[in-house]
Amino acid sequence: MVDAAFLALSVITIGSAIAALELRSLIYGSMALMGTLGGIAGFFLLLDSPFIAMFQIAVYVGSIAVLILFTVMLVKRELIFKKIEDPRRKFAGIGLMLILMVGLGSIIIDSGLRTIQTNEPAVDFRDIGEDFLTYYWPALILMALILAGAVTGALVLARREDVEDEQRVN
Amino acid sequence: MSNELIDFVIVSIALLGIGIYGLSVKRNAIRMLFAVEIIINAANLNLVAFARFIPNSAGQTLALFSIAIAAAEVAAGLSLIIVAYRMYQNIDIADFRSLKG
Repeated sequence: MVDAAFLALSVITIGSAIAALELRSLIYGSMALMGTLGGIAGFFLLLDSPFIAMFQIAVYVGSIAVLILFTVMLVKRELIFKKIEDPRRKFAGIGLMLILMVGLGSIIIDSGLRTIQTNEPAVDFRDIGEDFLTYYWPALILMALILAGAVTGALVLARREDVEDEQRVN
Repeated sequence: MSNELIDFVIVSIALLGIGIYGLSVKRNAIRMLFAVEIIINAANLNLVAFARFIPNSAGQTLALFSIAIAAAEVAAGLSLIIVAYRMYQNIDIADFRSLKG
């Protein structure tokens, strides 16, 4: 059986995921997305992995949600409050969601996952650091290069050439 | 620990379903990015849950990689949305028809 913390976290996470997609205003939507990401961090705490929970809060709630909020502020005001969606696809989308949930859920419930129990201690974060620096070191370097490339690419893409030219004239 | 593995997997399936609903119904580029984020978080939750119950540290390592790559993906995706918004003055993906600069 689940405990009260799990129930509260799942209500917060799933409810704010629905709110992030369905609220009319994009600003409130991105705040609801923050709720979903924070709820996932809470699940990580329940799973005895505080290191991942810390990363989730620092990277997702701290930077990605703020980045999305700033992008929303760059968009015109009418577009923030306008609901852009396909009304014909709405019921098909809800049907797809329910089919997916029921299908995958029944497969998972019928499988042997229900019997898995553990009494072993949780993984120590020192093991994660050791993994990073021994077996996964090429992946770590590749990830650093990908992050640097993504940030540089984002800066190059979002640069405004017209503003720079005007400043050069002045 | 009173919570079982299957509870976490069911929450993650619910998040995956909501994300796929958002991807298929919404035409707002920023909201589609929200849906992608929700799906990535469902995957991370699965990774960490299985890593706790096996138990093995590789799942948590992979979850950390996944969080870092998702941060790069959001930075690139948001800058693409900004470029497209500057070009079309709209964030409706049905308007993004031409790939010509």
